[in-house]
Amino acid sequence: MAIKVKSPGLATTVQDLGRPGFYHLGIPLSGAMDRFALRAANLLVGNDEGAAALEAVFMGPELAFTEDAVVAVTGAELPPKIDGEVQDTWTSFEVKAGQTLSFDFLKSGARGYVAVSGGIDVPVVLGSRSTYALGALGGFEGRPLAAGDTLPVGDAGPNIRAGRRVPEALRRGPGDPVELRMLPDIYWHRLTEESQAQFLADTWAVAPEADRIGYRFRGGEPLAFVKREQPFGAGSDPSNIVDGCYPYGSIQVPGGTEPIVLHRDAVSGGGYFMVGTVISADMDLIGQLQPHTPARFVAVDMDTALAARHARRKMLADLRAALATADEKERISA
Amino acid sequence: MHTRYAFGGDEHIFVEVDEEMSLDAFFKSLSMTNAVREQGIDGVTEICPANASFQIKFDPDVIAPGDMLAELKKIEDAAEHADHTIATRIIEIPVYYRDPWTNETLMRFRERHQDPDGTDLDYAARINGYDSVEAFIAAHHGSPWFVTMVGFVAGLPFMYQMVERERQIEVPKYLRPRTDTPKLTVGYGGCFSCIYSVRGAGGYQMFGITPMPIYDPAQEISYLRDFMVFFKPGDIVKFKPIDREAYDATVAEVEAGRFAPTIRPVDFSLDAFQADVDGTNQQLMEALNGD
Repeated sequence: MAIKVKSPGLATTVQDLGRPGFYHLGIPLSGAMDRFALRAANLLVGNDEGAAALEAVFMGPELAFTEDAVVAVTGAELPPKIDGEVQDTWTSFEVKAGQTLSFDFLKSGARGYVAVSGGIDVPVVLGSRSTYALGALGGFEGRPLAAGDTLPVGDAGPNIRAGRRVPEALRRGPGDPVELRMLPDIYWHRLTEESQAQFLADTWAVAPEADRIGYRFRGGEPLAFVKREQPFGAGSDPSNIVDGCYPYGSIQVPGGTEPIVLHRDAVSGGGYFMVGTVISADMDLIGQLQPHTPARFVAVDMDTALAARHARRKMLADLRAALATADEKERISA
Repeated sequence: MHTRYAFGGDEHIFVEVDEEMSLDAFFKSLSMTNAVREQGIDGVTEICPANASFQIKFDPDVIAPGDMLAELKKIEDAAEHADHTIATRIIEIPVYYRDPWTNETLMRFRERHQDPDGTDLDYAARINGYDSVEAFIAAHHGSPWFVTMVGFVAGLPFMYQMVERERQIEVPKYLRPRTDTPKLTVGYGGCFSCIYSVRGAGGYQMFGITPMPIYDPAQEISYLRDFMVFFKPGDIVKFKPIDREAYDATVAEVEAGRFAPTIRPVDFSLDAFQADVDGTNQQLMEALNGD
């Protein structure tokens, strides 16, 4: 089975749950920016949660199917259409051989996840099918999709059904206004107390430079640094450090002006100080932010971060249970 | 040296071994990351040594952040007294300084630079007190370099100059990062040289270009067939200046699958190096150039 790419969308890539274990060589995790949405899409079409799917940003691709398949689209509100007929998001549906899957305009969010029964079967590189475009690694030939590509699809499992649906309560929107919870640490002490307070009080906006590597924000006050003599090897700007590692979600502020939150395709290190790190529970959310979205950084402690992480895991467990229950009901009524 | 621990959200611990760069800080970081690896602590998912710091990524569902921190602090005591001797390798990297490609790029981004009227090499030579660009280039390839970190992007080495601190080259990064850097550019920022493994954004000053690929995700280049990334922390590098003709010849050799980098095994002792910098470097050069 294969899918022919008629038009690729804006920057559609093959992604799974990522490629851990090579960050020390500068090869990042990659994988879906909204991991919950990827898992949900896969569960809807009967795949393993970590199967490879398509991540479409802002604009969907146009895909011609050569065989029958079951498809689901989750994450952003990017309505799928089969031969022009609109289908529900967060719900599995059938696509027949010869039909074309396309998308309506983006209604909300930023990234839609398109899972196909059987999964996108590109080669596994360093343990993952995810695309790391900067390093031309993994995915479909190490790059976003292009018109004319033919995507291989794996063999579908037995657990295939159209009409599976994620309950509304288990779909998370970005919230309004967006609050990104962060643990202030690492080089937070380099800011004056007034500047720390200002950073958290300001409303920032997502800048147009927002991609899989990182999300840039602008609109807040420039940061003020505690005075010091720059350490040897760091460079002359007060925002410089001796080049070190960057955590996923870390918030660096080059020149003290525009915060950048590193995401799944993070640069693994560099010479800019970090004021803290967005907690793991809020990383998916960032992947759904459009440029110009207002956002605030909210300082939390480790206990809050772990509680939020736990809540996200529970949401995933609830999703698995809800889909299993619905399948069971379907089986009995059949 | 004051080691400082910080949490990077709920999944990382960032350990700053020292605020400033030194080989002492690097070796302590390397000892600690080696110890973490050897101990095989459950829940550790990434171990990333850096120049004067390191980072551990862990799964807080497996090991509580506080327990992870306690494990690292235990390891620190042992690392203080570790023997700073490693078995490593020295590699000769050909560099075409003042090449046309980095020159074209640096002219394109001149408004982001401290000195819009000159080149990156003019600027670096001047602020480091060299009479000429030629003298500066001679200093850049005159002594070996120690790979103290691999990262930023896939396979990019950060290299620390193996000379006394007062002789070390220091340059600031661009005022605003470029959006483009040619693949295999030899760059400089802070006290580090680097080689850009892929084309992309960058903030380091640009001095030249090497014809020797250091990252190959397709694993077609002969010396990258076993693994796609060439460098690892602890490698020692000697730059060799080449001209356009030699550059073109090496590119052709690489493409034909005939190029093999010159690599020799060496032992490196931090104590011996600090006791006699020139003597140690001379021995390294003999190891590289001997049969």
